[in-house]
Amino acid sequence: MKRFVIIGATSSIAEHCARLWVAKAPIDLTLVARNAVHTRSIADDLKVRSPDSMVTVVTGDFEDPDSIRRLVDQILKEGDADCALIAHGSLADQSACQQDLALNARELNINGISPVLFAEAIANSMVRAGRGTLGVIGSVAGDRGRKSNYVYGSAKGMVTRYAQGLQHRLAGTGVTVTLIKPGPTRTPMNAHLVDDGPPLADVAKVAATIVSGMEKRRNVVYAPRRWSVIMMIIRHLPRFIFNRMDI
Amino acid sequence: MKLSSWGRLSDEHYPTTPLSREIDNHPFIKSDSSETAIVYGMGRSYGDVCLNPGGRVYLSSGLDRLCSFDAASGELICEAGVLLKDIQTLFVAKGWMLPVTPGTQYVTVGGAVANDVHGKNHHSHGCFSNHINWIRLARTDREEFICSPTKEASWFNATTGGLGLTGVIKEVSLNLRPVSSCWLDTETLTYSSLAEFSQISKDSEEDWEYTVSWIDCNSRKRNRGIFIRANHSQSGAESTPTKSRLRVPLVPPLSLVNRATLTAFNQAYYLSQKQKSGMGRSHYQSYFYPLDGILDWNRMYGPKGFYQYQLVVPYESGMPAVKAILHEIAVSGQGSFLSVLKTFGDVPSPGLLSFPMEGLTLALDFPNRGKITLQLFRRIDAIVAEARGRLYPAKDARMPAELFAEGYPHLSEFLPYRDPGLSSGLSKRLMGW
Repeated sequence: MKRFVIIGATSSIAEHCARLWVAKAPIDLTLVARNAVHTRSIADDLKVRSPDSMVTVVTGDFEDPDSIRRLVDQILKEGDADCALIAHGSLADQSACQQDLALNARELNINGISPVLFAEAIANSMVRAGRGTLGVIGSVAGDRGRKSNYVYGSAKGMVTRYAQGLQHRLAGTGVTVTLIKPGPTRTPMNAHLVDDGPPLADVAKVAATIVSGMEKRRNVVYAPRRWSVIMMIIRHLPRFIFNRMDI
Repeated sequence: MKLSSWGRLSDEHYPTTPLSREIDNHPFIKSDSSETAIVYGMGRSYGDVCLNPGGRVYLSSGLDRLCSFDAASGELICEAGVLLKDIQTLFVAKGWMLPVTPGTQYVTVGGAVANDVHGKNHHSHGCFSNHINWIRLARTDREEFICSPTKEASWFNATTGGLGLTGVIKEVSLNLRPVSSCWLDTETLTYSSLAEFSQISKDSEEDWEYTVSWIDCNSRKRNRGIFIRANHSQSGAESTPTKSRLRVPLVPPLSLVNRATLTAFNQAYYLSQKQKSGMGRSHYQSYFYPLDGILDWNRMYGPKGFYQYQLVVPYESGMPAVKAILHEIAVSGQGSFLSVLKTFGDVPSPGLLSFPMEGLTLALDFPNRGKITLQLFRRIDAIVAEARGRLYPAKDARMPAELFAEGYPHLSEFLPYRDPGLSSGLSKRLMGW
């Protein structure tokens, strides 16, 4: 049985990826999250979908490097991961972060530092094992800073650069790092955008794009795929135009 | 966000609240607010039972977790936003299926309970609610609780077929049934009168689990149609056939269903089905859900949308009523090719407002042509009322309140169970709140 690990398992995108994985074949899956109750209901759901899969729940603190170290050691003690997905995040309240630097630091930590530390620790163990696919969820928001969410965007930008660095370092090894950049998706994190925000993508479709991208060992997966074109344009817009845009 | 029901008769902007398990103690329902809401699942009901003009809409798509499955008894516990499609797809491979399923699998479990849906096997298996063990209901005026046929039974009876008005259905325990195969052995017959239809129906009840018939609602001379009956095969390959997924890609400027196309289509359909007469074999998806193969098929009725009219009349007064209704429709030149005639059996449903009752049920689509369509409905209403029949709220966007009250004698028993924090377009129209 292949061994899968999901960090930030209560993420709706991650939950839908897990559904797709267990639908293909029984797997040994470890769900790592901060909230035990919510994670258990996800584990129950996956067990109904795939009674032959092994689903384990591990909880811990995601904001402290020592805790991250301990969590990763604990998970991988049971065996190397064939596939890991780092999915946690929080959509920061931009204007609150501009006023409250402590909140700002927490958001940068949970969206930026925490996922890259998990990525580093898991990648190292995959290198030792000589195999593995590591997916890290960044965001289209990480492609260019903009006024409405640059706290979140810059943390995701850090994830982008970190994943690039890992990809460079691990080229030629059996380990693949896939950087995933979802566009706005219909998840509880974006619930406030349902009524008057951008059109939101269906989370099951976003998950399907991610699962197939990781299977194909792609370096970068935009989900939905059209965001690769949209973000290419946005990245290349001259500043005098970009600065006039209210986005 | 903008929401429509399947009939596409309106397209309004609603304030919405996505429901999810992560929201504890349902703070989404505020009893102190005068704003009322209704739960919206897949929007597959045809009229305004899932809409709430002037109010809020709760989206149930986030309540999509399966909680447990007992492989010995077949009991499945799941959240209300789970799709019937997901249940069928997941469990058919393990030899289980939903005991009752409507004509589309793109509906939620909560919606199936609230509308107490039925399928082609009503005469043998009853309604959806006949297979439910319990429902977890969240109310604005009391703590979340569980109701079942034995515990809080009056709440259970009000909630099954309760049009989503007795509280937010959060979780449901239902029984799946073991099946020998996901393939069906079918027999296709033709009939050329209602008497013949009636005879075939009667003959099929004993030995055939599923029965359904398509009727040509345009033929003035005689009531011809195609009768398809089926049973699960005793064995068969478990593989799902590869399906070509068609889609109506856009809303045509005019309804594609009109006087010109109707007769030609009905003629062509009748002849093509007649050729298939005899025994056959069908995958459950194409037999149960023929229209699911065409995504967004409701667009073919054009920008004005369409009405669905489904009625049931008791057997005694049924045949003359159905004959008179078909005559009205044929004379009017309206109607469509998606006309279904079948019988309901005598399995009683627990729901106070459940639609099915023993008798004949006829379902028809009508492109929305405004006044003349509504006038035709009033003429059919009179025939239904005369025959002591009723209309299906899940499909309705316009029935008069008197017809609703006459058709549903348990309405006054139902009303005390209403959740004061909930309302729908239909409740405002037919119950005054």
